[in-house]
Amino acid sequence: MTSVDPAEVQPSVGVVSAAADRGPLTMEAISISKNFRIGRHNTLHAVREVSFNLYRSAVVALVGESGSGKTTAARLLAGQERLTAGTIRLDGKPVDVGSRGAFRRYKSEVQLVFQDPFASLNPVHTVSHHLERPVRLHQAVTSKAQVRAEVIALLEQVRLTPAQQFLGKYPHELSGGQRQRVSFARALAARPSVLLADEPVSMLDVSIRLEMLALLNDLRQRLKLALLYITHDIASARYFADEILVMYAGRIVERGPAEELTQHPAHPYTQLLVASAPDPDDLGGMLRNGSGSAGQRPGSGGPAAVGCPFSPRCPFADDRCRADDPALVRVSSSRAAACWRLDVAAPDVLARSKGGDGDTTK
Amino acid sequence: MSVDGGFQLAGDGYSGADYPRSHGEAVLEISDLSVAYRTQAGDVRAVNQVSLDLRAGEVVGLVGESGSGKSTLAYGACRLLRAPALITGGSVRYRGRRMPRPVDILELTADQLTGLRWREIAIVFQSAMNALNPVLNVRDQMLDVIHAHVDVSRHEAMDKVGSLLDLVGIPRMRLRSYPHELSGGMRQRVMIAMALATDPEVVIMDEPTTALDVVVQREILAQIAELRHRLAFSILFITHDLSLLLEFADRIAVMYAGRLVEVATAGEIHHEAAHPYTMGLLNSFPSLHGPRRELAGIPGSPPDLLSPAPGCPFVPRCGYSRPACAEVDMSLTRVTSSTDPSHVTACPFVLPGESLSAGKPNLTVSVAEAGAEEVAQ
Repeated sequence: MTSVDPAEVQPSVGVVSAAADRGPLTMEAISISKNFRIGRHNTLHAVREVSFNLYRSAVVALVGESGSGKTTAARLLAGQERLTAGTIRLDGKPVDVGSRGAFRRYKSEVQLVFQDPFASLNPVHTVSHHLERPVRLHQAVTSKAQVRAEVIALLEQVRLTPAQQFLGKYPHELSGGQRQRVSFARALAARPSVLLADEPVSMLDVSIRLEMLALLNDLRQRLKLALLYITHDIASARYFADEILVMYAGRIVERGPAEELTQHPAHPYTQLLVASAPDPDDLGGMLRNGSGSAGQRPGSGGPAAVGCPFSPRCPFADDRCRADDPALVRVSSSRAAACWRLDVAAPDVLARSKGGDGDTTK
Repeated sequence: MSVDGGFQLAGDGYSGADYPRSHGEAVLEISDLSVAYRTQAGDVRAVNQVSLDLRAGEVVGLVGESGSGKSTLAYGACRLLRAPALITGGSVRYRGRRMPRPVDILELTADQLTGLRWREIAIVFQSAMNALNPVLNVRDQMLDVIHAHVDVSRHEAMDKVGSLLDLVGIPRMRLRSYPHELSGGMRQRVMIAMALATDPEVVIMDEPTTALDVVVQREILAQIAELRHRLAFSILFITHDLSLLLEFADRIAVMYAGRLVEVATAGEIHHEAAHPYTMGLLNSFPSLHGPRRELAGIPGSPPDLLSPAPGCPFVPRCGYSRPACAEVDMSLTRVTSSTDPSHVTACPFVLPGESLSAGKPNLTVSVAEAGAEEVAQ
């Protein structure tokens, strides 16, 4: 049994992140929550008591459906939303984005890349304009020649070559993949240590996605970036991430090493996600059966307000699930899940962890 | 003519226009269709002599990258394009059960077209948010469609709207909801319900699930499959996601740079892909099930259709290219090694099943070994 550095144990769960071995801890989200008020009396709990760590040179994937709170979580980390509760720490220090100067210093460490490269670039500005501004703002370069050299270096970093050719181009002259590369370059212009990528490849063609992920992977290694990869595509997270966090209705319902979690999902929602991914080996399966994943009724409603949020859609739900919300509990030294019925939903995962490290859920 | 590897061309008689058809009546028969976009710099040949047919009750998947011309092909076949797009050649025959005789859609008058569209051929557009009218509620826009195309009383139309919503799994209490009050999945279901409002024989679906989550996507696809079983319409399903089609479509047509490069059953495409572009697509998506594979993707980007180079347009991105590729005429020829007589490819050189060459960009991210060890201990 290896000794575990107390700092690397997640406080709430006691699970060591599968990303921890890649590099030093940079960013910690400690029980962060975000509520939005809707109308006069309603509150939307967009993010509820979410905790995770990001490590240099490691990829943590945040996976979930739209509305699960993954983008809000990224915006909280980026300092673009105020926390309702919880703490974010960067390199051990609590994050302060109170003043303009502090926010700018924070942004030069933590950068966000958006999903839609068509909307995130300004159509009336050239590529070089998009990159010169962050270079001037975040790096101590002032002379025109230096800025230009830095911009060219950035374009080469994201493999937009020959860089000279791209400097004067406008967003509409670029393909979707090229635009997303410009977005990456813009984020890197601040020389960040943390990159938050919100669905960076979802808008791109399947054939281009892989190249983009390979590029991100390469940048992660070379620049020792701590990467948060937000996606609804759990299959890409399997290939790309070290650790996967599965979000549902604002909370993390399961976390674990990418390969293990996708091959042996414990939480019923993760099982649904895995079952829903296209399976080319199941040729004509959907046509033959005329039905989708097991036990799922279309339109069977949103998350429950009381009890486990997934209970209305869960084939294993019982009375306890409908009454009490399960907490995220440790399943093994690197995995945790929030489910009352793991013994029924994922007996194999429990058996593995029992045999493996003598640890049980409760 | 014999080329390396013993691959035989199936004779000179085969061209894109008359590749062998298996049994089953073709409902929609696109022959040699060409569409160009007139620009100041010249014609962009977005669709280039494409022939494809859709048989009764069949799901044909049309796959390709953005800009490959797949939407232009489908919209061109229904004459839904407007200037600067111009249909420069070909024919589109439609044989409906309700039609006394086959018609060439490209020859129809405006009135005849109105009768054909939606009544016979309906389209589910890609972006439900843009395709739905934001100031009409669900019920009113569905009534609109029904009254515009079918002669029924208001009462009958209301009944129809209700049963259509049941069909796609939307509770009737949402009848008076406006598009912005619905989730993305629900909007897409409304679009599908509207397409089915007039019992069409052909439904063209243009990336109907691209903007949706995998879970919702699967629910909707399962629903489409079930509806097709019950209502027996044919589907032309346009997407850039081949992994989806392998599971969903009967036959798959692969499009690249305005041309079809391969057509075959889903099983053939999966196991016996004969065109390097198809192989590249197959090698592009990470799989969730089964062992982790080395993924290669397709490096480079699609060609400029304004000034196409002679021969095969895939050459700059192809791992198998050779000098003779510049003379390939891109007609579809039968893959003789295949048991499927409808399997055709535009590449005369590559053998099905040939593995992709090494030395391409790989996404090889090793599993978090550390995490795996932790569990093992």
